[in-house]
Amino acid sequence: MTISIMVNTVERSFDVQPDEVLLDVLRREGYLEVKGSCHSGDCGACTVLLDGRPVASCLILSAKADGHAVTTVRGIGDQAHPHIIQESFVKNGAVQCGYCVPGAITSAKALLDENPDPTEEEIRLAMDSNYCRCTGYEQQVEAVLDAAAQLRKGDKK
Amino acid sequence: MSIERKGFRHLTEGSYPATRVVGKSVDKVDGYALVSGAPMYTDDIAARDFPNRLHGRILTSPIANGAIDSIDTSAAEALPGVRLILTWKNTPRTFYTTAGQGWPEPSPYDNQMFTERVRFVGDRVAAVFADSKDIAEQALRLVKVSFKEEPAVLDADDAMKPGAPIVHPEDPKGAYDSAHNIAAHVDINVGDVDKALAESEVTISETFQTHYAQHTPMETHTAFAYTDDMGKIVIVSSTQVPWHARRIVSRVLDIPMSKLRVVKPRIGGGYGTKQEILIDDLVAYGTIKTGLPCEIELTRKEEFVSARTRHPMKIDMSIGCDKQGHFRALKMYVLSNTGAYGSHSLTVMSNTGSKTLPLYNKATDVRFFGDAVYTNLPVSGAYRGYGATQGYAALECTIDDLAAKLGMDPIELRKKNMIRVGEGSPIFEALGEGRQGVAQTIKSSSLPTLLDLGAEAIGWQEKRGKRTRNGHKVRGVGMSMHMQGSGIPLIDMASASIKLNEDGSYFLTMGATDIGTGSDTILSQMAAEVLGVTMDKISALSSDTDLTPFDVGAYASSTTFVSGGAVVKAAKAVRNQVFAVAAEMLHEDLDANLVTAEPKVEWDNTQADPILSFYRMEDGNVVSVRSGKKVSVSDIAYRAYYEVNQRQIATTQSFVSPYSPPPFAAHFVEIEVDELTGKVEVLKYVAAVDCGVPINPDLVRGQIMGAVANGIGFALTEEYHFGSHGNMTNSSLFDYKILSRRDMPPTEVILVDTYEPTGPWGAKSVAEIGINGAIPAIGNAIFDATGIRLHRTPYTPERVLAALRSKSA
Repeated sequence: MTISIMVNTVERSFDVQPDEVLLDVLRREGYLEVKGSCHSGDCGACTVLLDGRPVASCLILSAKADGHAVTTVRGIGDQAHPHIIQESFVKNGAVQCGYCVPGAITSAKALLDENPDPTEEEIRLAMDSNYCRCTGYEQQVEAVLDAAAQLRKGDKK
Repeated sequence: MSIERKGFRHLTEGSYPATRVVGKSVDKVDGYALVSGAPMYTDDIAARDFPNRLHGRILTSPIANGAIDSIDTSAAEALPGVRLILTWKNTPRTFYTTAGQGWPEPSPYDNQMFTERVRFVGDRVAAVFADSKDIAEQALRLVKVSFKEEPAVLDADDAMKPGAPIVHPEDPKGAYDSAHNIAAHVDINVGDVDKALAESEVTISETFQTHYAQHTPMETHTAFAYTDDMGKIVIVSSTQVPWHARRIVSRVLDIPMSKLRVVKPRIGGGYGTKQEILIDDLVAYGTIKTGLPCEIELTRKEEFVSARTRHPMKIDMSIGCDKQGHFRALKMYVLSNTGAYGSHSLTVMSNTGSKTLPLYNKATDVRFFGDAVYTNLPVSGAYRGYGATQGYAALECTIDDLAAKLGMDPIELRKKNMIRVGEGSPIFEALGEGRQGVAQTIKSSSLPTLLDLGAEAIGWQEKRGKRTRNGHKVRGVGMSMHMQGSGIPLIDMASASIKLNEDGSYFLTMGATDIGTGSDTILSQMAAEVLGVTMDKISALSSDTDLTPFDVGAYASSTTFVSGGAVVKAAKAVRNQVFAVAAEMLHEDLDANLVTAEPKVEWDNTQADPILSFYRMEDGNVVSVRSGKKVSVSDIAYRAYYEVNQRQIATTQSFVSPYSPPPFAAHFVEIEVDELTGKVEVLKYVAAVDCGVPINPDLVRGQIMGAVANGIGFALTEEYHFGSHGNMTNSSLFDYKILSRRDMPPTEVILVDTYEPTGPWGAKSVAEIGINGAIPAIGNAIFDATGIRLHRTPYTPERVLAALRSKSA
């Protein structure tokens, strides 16, 4: 079947199998910034935004995304033009192996879009499904707090 | 130096040379690529560059022990899209070990690519390569295997009993006594421990049992292979040990090393499990047989069931001392469960003693002995902490119980007996990694301060012994003390090459294997510091057996210290070559011996580097100390490459150290035990650490935080559950509970750094030590809160509740 998805603001159409999950379609189509890990919705590595809401792309049938907008971490920012959240992850030492980071940043983006001034507890809750085995989370939480503060400052300008 | 912010304090003891790049929390060199999801991991590269590759899946054993009676692959082979099926019948029969360690290999050769026997639920039976993952999956179901099931050893306690089933009847080379299921054995004696125990005024003996647990890297083991245009087999692998991987695959498949290349891309976490050659042989062989690129990516379930785990250990710990608490005797016996194969069996067990007992060097009589036994259970292997984690579980809990028996404060008891600067321990020399060790004298330690600051941070004086109660919840505090090592002395070797570019920048290649730790970053910092340039002038490439020099790999807390030593030496050597050209250009004399002398890591730590009284590096220039004249390094490179007396300015240097300076740590924890449910909640965790000079404090903090998080998970929630035939029943991240963001308690890292004179820029290691504290510190806190000593881990609500009930009964 053919589906249409707006990926990172570009309209794309993909031939997919009815049982193919969004993660597999995105990676096959070259969106390799979406990382797979558990393939069972437990770890959050494959998180993307579906119409702005964070979802585990390993659990969503790609056909369910037909006609919807998907944002990957590359749609949030890239190496040449990193988003403040991405920059903040680097500056706060919040990245080690980095495998969980695209998913974690995507969840953080969804949170800050909705709540520009989250508490530490709200950050931990919003990103609770994003497992990280390297960092012990603290520096990632600090990175999101830092990014939120910078984004709020930016808004005031 | 003193940095203080929430959750992180960095204090300093001792005096330091001023540095510009080292000691600063510079951005991780791969940071911006990683946060934007660049396709840099193994499967990303395979998907991008080889869209038409074959996908491999592994058929694993459903039984714990038995023989393969027959195996019929014809139906699977007939499935369209199936390209290759491998079994014991059509693969090389070489015996080897999957443990990626140095040479000669200390683990027994008890493994073959495939065998006629299966030895645990999850053991390899066959592998299928097909056009898609789905076809490979379907084909697995069409392989017909008939097993002749045999009785299995499912408990390490039974392994050595007479009549126990023998896991390796073929008597593998290097196994200690396979007829009694003993993969490895160790016994070292200093003095006469039994006599010392008998004569001690106070003695204590306890037995502790640790459990099966797993690394759970976010990226599972992944590897692919392809044939390059010249016919070379290239393996791209998520490995911690590219050179060991090449050596082992070369031997198993009988491919000359000139026809085999192993490339390490970015790695999605290792923690020890990727120090193992689990799929590299399969993808290489698949490519040889089909001529096509072949990939295998373990599923999460396979990662749990078939990859590697932490050796569960039963440890008998005895201590003898006088009434004032002065230790005289330490006796530790280890029964280590290595599972179906003896990967790291000897060396992990050795570390259980060698990385723990020297911490209490006042004991004059010490015995460490143990057996690592085969069972028909999942295979153990290297895991952050590498046996020391299990050793500290027993040692540090027993010391607290001894303190209670003596009526002493546990911190005071430790202070009386701990190793201090200027002291050694006979254990260092008696026990190395599976062979004799190397004598060590402690040259740097802030352990006394770590104990004081940790105690203060947790509120030890106010809280210890108070058992503050809130309804059915009661609080307690506990602590533990640790050391680890910095590489394996006189065994671990690292090398690095540096060459100068015409614009005054440098290309640094090294075997040091960045698996996400940030080693590319901190090693570039060391080079930048020596060469007097900013970070952007260093371009780093790590781990490619064709393109970078040798390194044993990322394990044994070796990278900062050992690989760092190689980078510092290479930077000094290339700098000296630059000085030589500068001398020519400035028409000044410079003794050629100073230029060609092998640089020492210790120079500028404790003694001045002799060449620096003639020239020094400053912002990309060479400055003559004698004349004050300056010449730019870029001008030097242009002259050397194009104009006068032309030559390449480059070097390769290696480092092997007789030293393995231990980092030290004191962990403190406050917990609350719910007496109704048995749940233990960690309210606050403090890790006070001395890792020498932290080359990059933010990355050091991250290493400690990650290790602490893994340690708390190991102590409280992470555990393999087994069915009746040794089958793991919770093989998913849903059922095997690692700490999530909300589970992680408020944690403070306190760095009290020292200057380690034998380390590159004063550094020691930090990767492993942080994982060792949670079990004993939390166990000791439970004891403080409830008076209950738990001798089995993890401290699950069920175990705590059962102990509370049996106490009140």
